[in-house]
Amino acid sequence: MSMSDGPKPLHTAKSEQIDEDREAVGTPPGSSSAARRKGKLFGAWSDRWAALPRQKQWLFLIVVVALAYLLPVINPPFISTEPGNDFPLACQLMAIYALVAVGLNIVIGYAGLLDLGYIAFFAVGSYTAAMLTSPDSAFIKIPYLWTIPVAMAVTMFVGVLLGLPTLRLRGDYLAIVTLGFGEIVRILATIIPAMKGQVGFQNVGHPPGVGADGIPIFANSNGTPWYWLTLTILIVILFLVGNLERSRVGRSWIAIREDEDAAETMGVPTFKYKVWAFAMGAGIGGLAGALMGGQVGFVNNQKFDVVTSILFVAAVVLGGAGNKVGAIIGGALVAYIPLRFTAVAEYKFLIFGLALCLIMIYRSHGLLAARQQLLAYGQKAYAAVKKSNDAKNAQPATNLGEELSK
Amino acid sequence: MSESAELTGPRTRIPSEGVAETAASERDIGVKVGDNLVEVKNLTVKFGGLLAMDDVSFNIKRGEILGLIGPNGAGKTTCFNAMTGVYKPTSGQVLLEGKLLNGMKQHKITRAGLARTFQNIRLFGEMTALENVVVGLDARHKTSVVGALLRLPRHIREEKSAIERGMALLEFVGIADQAATLSRHLPYGSQRRLEIARALATDPKVLCLDEPAAGFNPAEKEELMQLIRIIRDDGYTVLLIEHDMKLVMGVTDRIVVLEFGKKIADNIPSVIREDPKVVSAYLGEPEDDFA
Repeated sequence: MSMSDGPKPLHTAKSEQIDEDREAVGTPPGSSSAARRKGKLFGAWSDRWAALPRQKQWLFLIVVVALAYLLPVINPPFISTEPGNDFPLACQLMAIYALVAVGLNIVIGYAGLLDLGYIAFFAVGSYTAAMLTSPDSAFIKIPYLWTIPVAMAVTMFVGVLLGLPTLRLRGDYLAIVTLGFGEIVRILATIIPAMKGQVGFQNVGHPPGVGADGIPIFANSNGTPWYWLTLTILIVILFLVGNLERSRVGRSWIAIREDEDAAETMGVPTFKYKVWAFAMGAGIGGLAGALMGGQVGFVNNQKFDVVTSILFVAAVVLGGAGNKVGAIIGGALVAYIPLRFTAVAEYKFLIFGLALCLIMIYRSHGLLAARQQLLAYGQKAYAAVKKSNDAKNAQPATNLGEELSK
Repeated sequence: MSESAELTGPRTRIPSEGVAETAASERDIGVKVGDNLVEVKNLTVKFGGLLAMDDVSFNIKRGEILGLIGPNGAGKTTCFNAMTGVYKPTSGQVLLEGKLLNGMKQHKITRAGLARTFQNIRLFGEMTALENVVVGLDARHKTSVVGALLRLPRHIREEKSAIERGMALLEFVGIADQAATLSRHLPYGSQRRLEIARALATDPKVLCLDEPAAGFNPAEKEELMQLIRIIRDDGYTVLLIEHDMKLVMGVTDRIVVLEFGKKIADNIPSVIREDPKVVSAYLGEPEDDFA
């Protein structure tokens, strides 16, 4: 049972600040104002967010989504990565990383399984897209858009294949096995002739459509349409992941993260749900890989190294493990920071490292603290509880008032 | 809104109204009241060379509160763990309604109808009280991953009923007003009660409570015993591990006493109280006093 301590590092460290965030979200006004006094900017934000009426929340979200879509078109001066890097392409990379982080967040943030080889699923997705569309490949060719569901199915299968033998391990042991798996896929790509090692696959397919000037809409150098496609997929995935989160699946994952043995005792088939977490995470990773392969147009074994894999984990932890919005922000930042500071290219990892240090010091629990909504219809019940509690609390106060006035 | 307000509103629920009909409406137990619901036969558990349980046999009859007592290290929790599938018994059998539980996965044993609480509280700390209970309720839910992903009708139905049943269970154990609190922020007593609610949520035929009153003061213990009696009156069968002899005498219908992994007595409380073997197990042999 001591082994169950394994997956915890990601969330035992979270203690303090998360407490305050929590209090800021769900408790009487007194405690949340205390949190605000302590200068917990994000706590106050989520407090205010929760206080907004539903329509305003939607309105706000629509504005955010619209801005996200318009980002490469506006190309805001200070935020832009130009002239060093093409901004629409940077946006595309940010969206890809965000998608990866959302997928990995299921594995690390929800189910608490530390997966250090997530790049493997990304690679499998990329290779699936490349091998089914590139003229360099000996396989049958299908239209690019069809490779997206195929890549998801293949990576999910690979995820299950990896999960079945390894998910009996816990904590550090699982981390080491997944780290090895990440390398295995890269090395296989090197030694299997059909996967063409460093030579790789050129002219990977892209979605159909030709612009007025005869250049394909989804050309490799044209970031904006790719970004819009990825962003749309990201939004759909977010809705689906949200559905899972607010169901017995999400609850099972969190229960496994919190206390695997207790979860099993409460009737959660822990092994099954851990495999599902792996499969879901893998599917999203493969999807991101397929999009990346299509946009870059070239897939070889060089891009799927351990460093990138660790970067993915960094994205999840940075954003706040267990929070899907946090994962998006984390993923986008991890992609953005090195691209933004290429003007000082030699120092980009220094800047990146400093940014990580600052976040670890001031937001030890990630930018957004973990908070899952695990009940599809919980808000009403909570509101009713709060109402009746407030009514109860109000009672003695008035009595006291009467006492004093006497 | 009005529907959920009714759940938690000013209506103070008299606990003896029972929780069975809301929390466990589909219970179907194949054994008549008073018959053996659980049979533990010659259960032996060895850890390497250590004999933690030695050939222990007892029955739990449907509708009773059976106390399992013994000094520290007597093997009470080991017995629990062997019954609920945490440990694999070295030999012997555990039967629920005549069905063999040995070798079944833990979560299947829970779904077969054997639920438990933990001596050292093991709630899901980052979940609210209500979410903790709903995890227990999920044991009876049938939504598939695809069903949840696409929000199919069964998922929606189960989610709605889970809120209702979950709130009813929280109300039953008396912590409905803390439904939205993270379980690790709950006061100690509420955590213990939440553990019971979560175990009840799995709709058990037998509820196994592992020292549910540990760390309670006498008044709290009395309240808890009251709650356990109500649970029994509601049609649940209860297996209770308890340390405190006085308490266990007051609430149980029958008591099994373990010492050093062996069963030394099995009888009604008034007989157990007078049993010289039990007295010596707790107070020490008279000779020891002189030695």
